[in-house]
Amino acid sequence: MAEPAKSSLKVFRFDPDRDREPHFDTFEVPQREGLTVLEALFDILETQDGSLAFRYACRGAVCGSCAMYINGAYRLACQTQVAAFSSGELTVGPMPHFPVIKDLAVDMTEFFRKYERIMPFLVAQSAPPEKERVQTPEAREAIDEMVDCILCGCCYSSCPTVWTDKEYLGPAALTKAYRFLADSRDEAAGERLSIVAGGDGIWRCHTIFNCAEACPKRINPTWSIQQLKRKSALRRLSSWLIRSST
Amino acid sequence: MIYHQAIVVGGGMAGLRVAIEAGAQVDTALISLVHPVRSHSGAAQGGINASLGNAEGGKDDNWESHAFDTVKGSDYLADQNAAEILTKEAPERIFELEHWGVPFSRTEEGKIAQRPFGGAGFPRTCYAADKTGHVIMHTLFEQAVKRKIKVCPEWMALALVVEDGACRGVIALELITGRVEAFKAEAVILATGGAGRIYGHSTNGMIVTGSGMAIAYQAGMPLKDMEFIQFHPTSLYGTNILVTEGARGEGGYIVNNRGERFMQRYAPQAMELAPRDIVARAIQTEIEEGRGFEDAYVHLDLRHLGRERILERLPGIRDICMDFAGVDPIEKPIPIQPGQHYTMGGIDCNEAGETELRGLFAAGECACVTAHGANRLGGNSLLETVVFGKRAGEKAAQFVRGKEGAQAGDGAVLEALEKVRGKIAGLMEAEGGENHSAIRAQMKEMMTEKVGIFREEKAMTQALGRIKELQERYRRAQLTYKGNKFNLDLARCLELEGMLEVAEVIVSGAIARRESRGSHYRLDYRERDDENWLKHTIARRTPQGPQLSYRDVVITRWKPEARKY
Repeated sequence: MAEPAKSSLKVFRFDPDRDREPHFDTFEVPQREGLTVLEALFDILETQDGSLAFRYACRGAVCGSCAMYINGAYRLACQTQVAAFSSGELTVGPMPHFPVIKDLAVDMTEFFRKYERIMPFLVAQSAPPEKERVQTPEAREAIDEMVDCILCGCCYSSCPTVWTDKEYLGPAALTKAYRFLADSRDEAAGERLSIVAGGDGIWRCHTIFNCAEACPKRINPTWSIQQLKRKSALRRLSSWLIRSST
Repeated sequence: MIYHQAIVVGGGMAGLRVAIEAGAQVDTALISLVHPVRSHSGAAQGGINASLGNAEGGKDDNWESHAFDTVKGSDYLADQNAAEILTKEAPERIFELEHWGVPFSRTEEGKIAQRPFGGAGFPRTCYAADKTGHVIMHTLFEQAVKRKIKVCPEWMALALVVEDGACRGVIALELITGRVEAFKAEAVILATGGAGRIYGHSTNGMIVTGSGMAIAYQAGMPLKDMEFIQFHPTSLYGTNILVTEGARGEGGYIVNNRGERFMQRYAPQAMELAPRDIVARAIQTEIEEGRGFEDAYVHLDLRHLGRERILERLPGIRDICMDFAGVDPIEKPIPIQPGQHYTMGGIDCNEAGETELRGLFAAGECACVTAHGANRLGGNSLLETVVFGKRAGEKAAQFVRGKEGAQAGDGAVLEALEKVRGKIAGLMEAEGGENHSAIRAQMKEMMTEKVGIFREEKAMTQALGRIKELQERYRRAQLTYKGNKFNLDLARCLELEGMLEVAEVIVSGAIARRESRGSHYRLDYRERDDENWLKHTIARRTPQGPQLSYRDVVITRWKPEARKY
């Protein structure tokens, strides 16, 4: 019987506790229709190398666990077909600019610390009504894109400001901040704007749009950041106008 | 050793809801196999039920109607007091979620939008497009952040500590470091989700392995009604990723290779919106009788809904179909087949989440209250996580407060810790030569084939024998990687042990139950038998395998009757 055709995966390997520097291992994985990069990694883990480390959960592109850098682009491994790269080798690495824990698994502590800094929850000062707060379909639509975020970290990893400024909040946290600011039910605009307009916030974004290109959910964080900039500028302007008129 | 008054195990919707409730009163920490936002609740699509009456045609809805639908959907195996609580408290919990920020889709008047779902007399499924689980789970995590709940992500719970008839804590493995640690607590609340990945062709995420059920069972807790496994009618052919019931709620058709809407023959009134067990069996029958495509799937056709409605109501489904099957549902029908989806059974507990072990509570899919009986209605599982999650959190906090100043010593905790450490050390050194991944693959294939949608004694008896063989082989499992750090080989080997045990409980209960009820359909006993089988299966662990006993169903107001749709 003929051997099934195989795909070749070049996989980033690094254990900072043991290895002086990273290297790549190449694995051959049997091809089949629909094979995803995540499934190929499982094939390697289960039949070739039990030491391989990577994250996984839903395998359906909603949990954000398996964000990686695959053939030079940010992708979810579960959402990426091996066959999409018919020409030659597939290179799989961890998301760059995150500290590597081991192989493809990265340390996202800072990412989530910044998420926590932006007050990532709805703030309503008024007492809740007996039933739901009324929100028009149009008002709901205004936050449609931002609520899709799965916190996978692709945008954060792709952002040049994040690479050079350790405290920059980054595109994911800022998108989350705008998600609440733009929510008609939220009543903490002032506080939100003062958080994001600080030295580590929106004004550090240089509108390079790497984040928009990196997002596997087709969200455009740069757009959210631009909206925050506009609101912030308007707020400063109006407070200046009020002050100068009194 | 780490100490908190209450430890929640599991970071999905149930675990987060428990932690929010308990955390308001006592020192609470949540440990989770994955970061909470990676949990599988986030994959839930279609919605969450409550009789709000917001939709056109839903004005006359009320909780009694919701409760009746739930009981009828359960094929009368639900405890009716539990179904009443679930449905009566639903509106309050939904409004609470909305106040916390859940971005539900809206009606023209700005109320929470609701859509029709299977087995429901009114459109009562509240939704956020087809991403309802994602937005609720993220909102619950946000609320946990707001309340500064301590979260320990990427810890795998491996054993419960039991002493003098009480739960004293939980032993867990930190995946990143390989450290095995004891979490001592006055109360432990398990919220670890279902056991779907015991089966092949599952809609569930790869982390849904029944781990909480397994550690409770190993600690002597009974599992209830485990033979009732839900197969979702519409999972995407190839990957079995879920295609929401909302697709049919929005008006989608299911058709066979003759272009026939065959549900006409199986449920002439409800058609595509009959309960899941009925639609799944209909699809499987069509496929087995040669009216499917490639003998493997049928079509879910959404094209007549039009581009706009699909983009507005089912954008996530469109992405899934395009990314994973290369099909745009605006242009082409979706290839679908039934796939394992939900575990109706679970850790035996009451409506406050209490198990028979003092200090041990359960909530969500790993628990069995039981509100779903033999078949859960779509939209009731997310509801269960918040209704019974809140109740379990409340009860656990009350329990902790009631025993302040009466903490037990560390002896049992340290002993359990050493036992788990010893077990892992043994596994690291074992040289039996068996590949645990191969054992896992065989278990999954066998469960789908022999204990699936259609069941009969002979195949299931073979299955039980095979599980014993696989358990025997598991004792010779050998790891290929012996390092501590992020050792997936070790983690997956450890979880397989529990999966095999839970599988054994499922098969044993299914063999014993000589009737057809809800999701449990026996080719050799095709009728429901209320006289002999209107009762819950209770499975306890013994060295010889599960020992089964039975318990009466609680019936408050609805006498069992024939189930027609």
